[in-house]
Amino acid sequence: MAELSTTGSVTRLGSTQRQDSWWIEILPVIMVMGGFSVYATLRALEGKFYEWGPYISPFYSPLIDANHHWWPFSPAILILGGPLGFRATCYYYRKALYRAFLFDPPACAVSEPSGRKYSGETAFPFVLQNLHRYFFYLAVLFLCFLWYDAVLAFFFPEGFGIGVGSLVMLVNVVLLSTYTFSCHSLRHLVGGKLDCFSCTAFGPPRHSAWRVVSFLNERHMLWAWMSLFSVGLTDLYIRLVSSGYLKDIRIL
Amino acid sequence: MSDVTMRVFRGDRDGGGPVDYRVALTPGMVVLDALHAIQAHQAPDLAVRWNCKAAKCGSCSAEVNGRPRLACKTRMDALPLDKPITVYPLKAFPVIKDLVTDVSWNYKVNAKIPAFTPRPDVKWKMEQRDVDRVQEFRKCIECFLCQDVCHVLRDHGKKEQFGGPRFFVRVASLEMHPLDSVSRTKLLKEELGIGLCNITKCCTEVCPEEIHITDNAIIPLKERVVDEFYDPLTMLVRKIRGAKRD
Repeated sequence: MAELSTTGSVTRLGSTQRQDSWWIEILPVIMVMGGFSVYATLRALEGKFYEWGPYISPFYSPLIDANHHWWPFSPAILILGGPLGFRATCYYYRKALYRAFLFDPPACAVSEPSGRKYSGETAFPFVLQNLHRYFFYLAVLFLCFLWYDAVLAFFFPEGFGIGVGSLVMLVNVVLLSTYTFSCHSLRHLVGGKLDCFSCTAFGPPRHSAWRVVSFLNERHMLWAWMSLFSVGLTDLYIRLVSSGYLKDIRIL
Repeated sequence: MSDVTMRVFRGDRDGGGPVDYRVALTPGMVVLDALHAIQAHQAPDLAVRWNCKAAKCGSCSAEVNGRPRLACKTRMDALPLDKPITVYPLKAFPVIKDLVTDVSWNYKVNAKIPAFTPRPDVKWKMEQRDVDRVQEFRKCIECFLCQDVCHVLRDHGKKEQFGGPRFFVRVASLEMHPLDSVSRTKLLKEELGIGLCNITKCCTEVCPEEIHITDNAIIPLKERVVDEFYDPLTMLVRKIRGAKRD
């Protein structure tokens, strides 16, 4: 026999008929991104313990005016805008940040705060997300410095050697490269913008390049998180070694 | 055989509410089977839109336990059976009766999109690598689950300014077609409001055909709009070359 019951309005933040714990999706993002932001800010402002032997923290590379001739603050402040901008405008992080920090929406089929004016990415500041490709260009420049640092990390004062820090820096730059070269904007620039690969000059090699970037791009979220962890842990390792809390182990 | 409670929305444009029905579970049962059992034995006037029962016609879209799904593709044994299973109409569209909604707005949006327009001297020969991308988009069954879950339509009600994921997929299938000659980037920016999409990927999550709507359609289209309207370097190069904006 049918029974009639009532239904409620669903307009306040978090209203949903979903029966699963939808908030579990955003909780790790809030914790990890929030934690990373606090750590990175503190480290950028610290202005010391960023190099040891052949190692240099990725937060401080390229090292600009380390001796404070013209810049009185931490040298990290001069460069962090580049990597930060690349991640903030990244198509994957946009999803994660809009969901976790702006609740726009908090999860699929879960209501947002009612009465909020919405303009998406058509008005300031979010219209600037359209400049993601420029942050990609900057990120490639930073990668050049980080690869240079990773190679130098194998050259100690007494010659070639391998320390734990050398491997940490190498893994970090590999993960950062994978994240950078799986970028959606790069996928567009190398070939995605073409309608016909077969009827354009350099179409076939661009198709191959597009396929490689597409392959990496399928795991863009994975690379985004792994590289975020690796850059934070690399900095932490170098800080601990530089401040004397940890001794770098030489493998070779 | 055990029973399960189905909590089904009953009502029309003037309002309504959920009604509970007890339904006997059978092996391999899907939500649409349960709705048919209700129609057959308890509520012959229950309105449900369906056709193929094979997840190919896109008719039986509904919100099952709060998630937009095809009723014919949602197995009962995949749902928690100790609590009532809620079945509601698509929230983003006006209810006609019970689980049937008025999705005609979608066809009005579709009418704004210029159809496939081949070049005048086109040779009807294409290479597979040139149509790989487009073939994925052709899998769309127009169930409108992506439209329903998109918060721009669902929560913000921007039906006047926004086309929705389904039509970005359609535009992508035309824009990336190797033989098409029309540019739809201005339409995307100005009439279909692609800038309102903030890439939260819910459309991709609910697509029963597993089309990578966000990564393969919306983001590439956003990048084409950036080429045309936001990237100063590309705009400068176009100006130097004297190319016209479509």
